Amino acid sequence: MKARNQDWPAYFDQLAIKSQDHRLHRYYTGGLVSGDTAIVNTPMVAMDFETTGMNADTDEIVSIGLVPFSLHHIFCRESAHWLVKPKQALTEGSVVIHGITHSDINAAPDLEAILEALLTAIAGRIPVVHYRHIEREFLAQALLDRLGEPITFPVIDTMAIEYNVLRCRQGLVDRLLKRSPGGLRLGDCRERYGLPNYHAHHAPTDALATAELLQAQIAYHFSENTPLSELWL
Amino acid sequence: MTQAGEFAANLTLTFINSSQTGIDIVHAEQLEISGFLEKNPPFDELSQEALKELAQQVEVAYYRAGSNILNFAEPLQNLYVIRRGAVETYRRSGELYNRLSDGDVFGQMGLLMNQRVRFPVKAIEDTLVYCIPFEQFRDYCDRYETFADFFESESESSSVLRKAVSAQHDNNDLTTVQVKGLMLREPIMIPNRASIREAAEVMTANHISSLLVVNQDQSAGNSAELVGIITDRDLRERVLARGIDPATSVDRVMSNQIITLDDNAYVFEATLLMLRHNIHHLPIVQRQKPVGVLALSDLMRHESKSSILLVRSIFKMSSIEELKIHAGQLPAVFVRMVKEDANSHMIGSAMAVIGRSFKQRLLELAEEQFGPPPVDYCFLALGSMARDEQLIYTDQDNAMVLDDNYREADHGAYFSQVAKFVSDGLAACGYAYCDGEVMATNPKWRMTLSGWKQHFSNWIDEASPQALLNSNIFFDLDGVWGRTGWATDLRRFITHKSKKNRKFLASMARNALNRTPPLGFFKEFVLEKDGQHKDSMNLKRRGTAPLTDIIRVHALAVGSVAVNSFERLEDVIAADLLPEGKGTDMSDALEYISIVRIRHQAKQIEAGEVVDNNVRPRHLTSFDRRNLKEAFQVVSSAQNFLKYRYNSNIPMK
Repeated sequence: MKARNQDWPAYFDQLAIKSQDHRLHRYYTGGLVSGDTAIVNTPMVAMDFETTGMNADTDEIVSIGLVPFSLHHIFCRESAHWLVKPKQALTEGSVVIHGITHSDINAAPDLEAILEALLTAIAGRIPVVHYRHIEREFLAQALLDRLGEPITFPVIDTMAIEYNVLRCRQGLVDRLLKRSPGGLRLGDCRERYGLPNYHAHHAPTDALATAELLQAQIAYHFSENTPLSELWL
Repeated sequence: MTQAGEFAANLTLTFINSSQTGIDIVHAEQLEISGFLEKNPPFDELSQEALKELAQQVEVAYYRAGSNILNFAEPLQNLYVIRRGAVETYRRSGELYNRLSDGDVFGQMGLLMNQRVRFPVKAIEDTLVYCIPFEQFRDYCDRYETFADFFESESESSSVLRKAVSAQHDNNDLTTVQVKGLMLREPIMIPNRASIREAAEVMTANHISSLLVVNQDQSAGNSAELVGIITDRDLRERVLARGIDPATSVDRVMSNQIITLDDNAYVFEATLLMLRHNIHHLPIVQRQKPVGVLALSDLMRHESKSSILLVRSIFKMSSIEELKIHAGQLPAVFVRMVKEDANSHMIGSAMAVIGRSFKQRLLELAEEQFGPPPVDYCFLALGSMARDEQLIYTDQDNAMVLDDNYREADHGAYFSQVAKFVSDGLAACGYAYCDGEVMATNPKWRMTLSGWKQHFSNWIDEASPQALLNSNIFFDLDGVWGRTGWATDLRRFITHKSKKNRKFLASMARNALNRTPPLGFFKEFVLEKDGQHKDSMNLKRRGTAPLTDIIRVHALAVGSVAVNSFERLEDVIAADLLPEGKGTDMSDALEYISIVRIRHQAKQIEAGEVVDNNVRPRHLTSFDRRNLKEAFQVVSSAQNFLKYRYNSNIPMK
């Protein structure tokens, strides 16, 4: 949230100067479209991580799914999926959730090995995620551990959009009583827009599901010409 | 979009670089997409590898309800598969062409023609589509034959018609909506011991013109069985006109001939029943207990509106001239039903109901003109109309059954006049006179009830060639007007008599082998060699007719009183007469050949041609050709079975 209401492209310029790692430097130098770009003209990339747990300080990324898209088209042929090996062992609980097993992970490279490919894939695009704290905080922490510096990037968060929509729809009393405005899980949100039920917890599928959700949310609550600055966080 | 293009190039480059540096990049397999595609034709025929590759090429797009997906003549780059939602496609004129939903495909016509949109598409629900790029589509058509076949047949016939045969699921499919799925009206009932006055009071209070009468003797708690119905007309004719005391119990004057329908029945059956008996309210029962009432107006939303409207207007016409003008709508109604996914049974029934309505109205008009009949009679429909298998037009095969008190000298002139009036009226409405003079205008086919029985009895006993020919025509009979109960009576008589007569059944069976399906030794189509119909095959003479003949023989053998071929087959299957699965095969073959014939006629109507049954295989899609051969094969093996089953040398079980 530190960049909220801030000029992300200008911030990227500063980060480009400050960053030491050449891969991050290149990422920031690639720049960003400006905040007044209409959403219809904004290149985006849906991103989903599977992790060993919910805490960015102690848990790690095991799987990354990416699907580049625009408001009107999701480009599956350019989608990507990596399995990466966490530094610590997987817990039984996380295996149950995302179905990635120890043997899958043992064969996988460390995140650093795919970092360049990952950064190239998201360069110039606005990452779209469902619940920004996972993707943003886990990636920042992972890079801090490996490169000694974190990464910062704007995101469009479909969960945040949905939350605001549901809050606006809620009556004042409900808000005062802090009643839950409705389910915010990816599947719950998708259902409100008539989107099909996808199997959750497979990174490229969740990324695809997030991209579709944003297309639907824009169709319902915004317009093609909504400036990016209204949406990014 | 250029940014996206540049980006794609970047990414590919990265992959190449990465793999050179030994970094393991797993191309994302979109499991949801391949998993969905593999469940839907034509993708279901692809190998896992091919599916996986295809799923990676897919682009996804979301359209909100009401938004346009494709506009006419726009460049077209993708084949579209509906993942979730519903769309409508339109003709250029703006007329609705098709309605598609989950798993359906669109855009193929334009892709195959000139890569421009031919049928504009609009989302009618929020819709998620998978787009398959044209290059990939073309590549797969080249590589996979079944894939190409699917689109080849799609482009030639229309997918609407295709669906009629392949019976795809569709919420609006007229054949799959059951009566119990509709909102029924609360049945208003009165116990049978209530007085006539009480009945009249209930009717007045509820503003209804008919009231269900239920059995009062049931123990409390049990819902009551329906035993009768009383209508405004009964109150007038059976109570007031006869001076009956209103304190009399209602079951003394109610009508116990109630037309009801089980709540498991399909909506189209309900419509046909109501049209057939010209009633507007139909009690729906569950094991004889009324659970609701269906009004014709409720059905209008679900059923083929056009056929209902046509039937209703037929009864409002007051002259042959007016009827003739109305008959002009028949081709349009027919074509529309074909496009509404109706199956051959529904179309056949609807056309028969319409034909029957013309006869009924003409007979009503005849009785207005020539006065009431001097003795009771029943006007019979014969052949395809009786079987509910009529297509757009048919010869007017009909006959009359007269009361046994009929005397030629006194009454002959009246019935002759009536018959001529009806026959001429039908001819004016497009139903040709019968070449074989099988019409009520022919004095030979106006007989008393016992006269008919005597004739039928003789035909069955002597089994001469002419008798067999007559049996094929006259044994499919249905009462249209007057004492229609006599028709049922005659049908029972025929069944009863022929069931026991082995020699007759054997002769009928032999007769049913006269017309063979148009398949050669190597299963190639055998076509007419010359004449006007060169290179064509007659789907009626060599397809539906032989099959109908076979089914009739089996039906007589098991004592079925049904007239419709599909219903006869159900009775035959239930009687376990056929080897396992053969009955269903025959039913499918009949449906398939019929629907191809129906589509052929619908196309001819649309092209302004004269309607016939002569189909040229080269005008059919490869899909239809293949399936038609299968269907003919079924006819052929059914004929073989018939030969063996009714061979008079083998004892019958």
